[in-house]
Amino acid sequence: MADVAIETGTLLQMRDVEVCFSLKRSGLFAKPPLLRAVDGVSLSVGKGQTMGIVGESGSGKTTLVLAVARLVQVTGGQIDMNGVDLLGLSGEALRNERHNMQFIFQDPYSSLNPRLRAEKIVREPLDRLNIGSIRSRDERVRELFEQVGLRRDQLRLFPHQFSGGQRQRIGIARAIASNPSLVICDEPVSALDVGVQAQILNLLRRLQEQLGLTYVFISHDLGVIQHMCDDIAVMYMGKIVEQADRESLFNDPKHPYTRALLSAVPSADPNRRNRERRITIAGDPPNPINLPPGCRFASRCPLAEERCRVDTPQLGDVAQTHRVACHLVEKSN
Amino acid sequence: MTSSLLSVRNLTVEFATRDGVVPVIDDLSFDLAPGETLSLVGESGCGKTITALAVMGLIPSPPGRVAAGSISLAGEDLVQATDSRMREIRGNEVSMVFQEPMTSLNPVFTIGEQIGETLRRHQGLTRRQAQAQSVQMLDAVQIPLPGRRANDYPHQLSGGMRQRVMIAMALACRPKILIADEPTTALDVTVQAQIFDLMQALRKETEAAIILITHDMGSVAEMAERVVVMYAGRKIEEGQVDDILIRPRHPYTRGLIACVPHLLETVSSERPYLQEVPGMVPPLADFGFDGCMFAPRCDLVEESCWHKKPDVIQLTDSQSAACWNLQNSEVPVDG
Repeated sequence: MADVAIETGTLLQMRDVEVCFSLKRSGLFAKPPLLRAVDGVSLSVGKGQTMGIVGESGSGKTTLVLAVARLVQVTGGQIDMNGVDLLGLSGEALRNERHNMQFIFQDPYSSLNPRLRAEKIVREPLDRLNIGSIRSRDERVRELFEQVGLRRDQLRLFPHQFSGGQRQRIGIARAIASNPSLVICDEPVSALDVGVQAQILNLLRRLQEQLGLTYVFISHDLGVIQHMCDDIAVMYMGKIVEQADRESLFNDPKHPYTRALLSAVPSADPNRRNRERRITIAGDPPNPINLPPGCRFASRCPLAEERCRVDTPQLGDVAQTHRVACHLVEKSN
Repeated sequence: MTSSLLSVRNLTVEFATRDGVVPVIDDLSFDLAPGETLSLVGESGCGKTITALAVMGLIPSPPGRVAAGSISLAGEDLVQATDSRMREIRGNEVSMVFQEPMTSLNPVFTIGEQIGETLRRHQGLTRRQAQAQSVQMLDAVQIPLPGRRANDYPHQLSGGMRQRVMIAMALACRPKILIADEPTTALDVTVQAQIFDLMQALRKETEAAIILITHDMGSVAEMAERVVVMYAGRKIEEGQVDDILIRPRHPYTRGLIACVPHLLETVSSERPYLQEVPGMVPPLADFGFDGCMFAPRCDLVEESCWHKKPDVIQLTDSQSAACWNLQNSEVPVDG
């Protein structure tokens, strides 16, 4: 990828980020096997944009964003936010930077402390990061409750007294409490009922407009990704296989994996259903330990050729905002 | 419906809760023809799974009981059937695939033994015959190396494979009806597509009728021919899938279709907000209220909706809906 120095408009820049976990050794003197959960990922996220990350379970989506939030040990690469090198920070400096980046978790049941009242949960980041005067925090919590569509009389309730959707609203209020520029949403609606999903997705969109938030948005649901994201990265086995703006990715997917993923989604739209035969990819992803050489998708790819099993394809531009890692796609340069 | 395989009439299932006895299924009727795929759709807590459990004779009692109505399978009323008769039917004539493949397989038996159990119980096969037949079933659900896999324990399989095992187990005795309760919610989309293809292929081969329980209209469109939309224990709309998707008549059905960001064929830069269905499914204590259960969330609500339960009105040969305001509800869905 061209080494664009932090241009204006870029909030988050990842370069060759790598996260390795070492697993249990098979014998006393054996070397512990390495699992590359994230392998050489480069991405830049524009200010006020939503970057979507899709992929099957085990593709490294969550590990990647945990790396950005410094919640797992990053073993290589560089992550800059607003020009600050996040990986170089530690202790107090890291804590200060955290107010700028917050997390919305998948499961609103296990991500709220059951012993704290809702107001205390939302207030916690303000207290921990020492934001505003102590007196102003109460007012701020009330304001946040209003912003996410909760009522004032719910301030003193405990998490179990709320429904799933309301709990997710508490999670959102907590995430935006410190006025972050980056909010990482890890499957924010997949644990919710269909009717409630729309309410939360609309709320996230509205907050983005009002507060100018930047989202990194993980989902396995391509419909949600298509609806929410400006820019999308498709991950497979720890690597980005395709990345493009919303229109290019959905109207003109290039990588065979992206195509298979899109065609696998059952659709209520009859035009879409009748048009194409589904491209099914057989089997499950390969074992992430001791990966074979070459393209990681080769074992399931319907188009794989000899060279795919030998050379690892690099991510290359096919258009200005469209990058693909596949030997079979014509690159523009 | 002249020749129906399963016919549910005025089924009412009551549960004793702290707030008294509530009708979790309230006067539900539907039919299933041989070889047909019917889908039950609705949010969580609308009674889809309880309907399936009622057909299987698996309503936990107490607190639940079938209070009224009949479920007839090829002329035989399952509500009146004895426990031992139900045991003969379950897994043999009607079988079920559950939502969570991990918790519904027994972790201490190999998958071969678990598939074989049904065959030995219902078809009197010996252990050895059952094992051989299980291997065949595993092959039919496209598990690679079925002979070796039959000796694996559930934890050695991936989620998709476990769900295949569940399907193999359910279809081992060639049931007339397969009930699939959200069979793919725990799975990735690519695996979901594989499971759907498999179910379609097996349905053609075994001619089993399928009841697919889901909340995803995309899956309904992909898999089913007819759909029953449920809300708070009641049937609120029924019809052919294509009719319902294009011209849903009940406001809830319309909301259920419009509130999901469906994957579009061509994407433009335009991104409208999603249409919300405000609020949520009412708590159990409110079930059985004599009025429209959807009224608190409905955008077309009128005075009459609060006072009397709407009857199911036949709109065309195949489509029916339960709403007081059907004349105003013919707004086409967009998106």
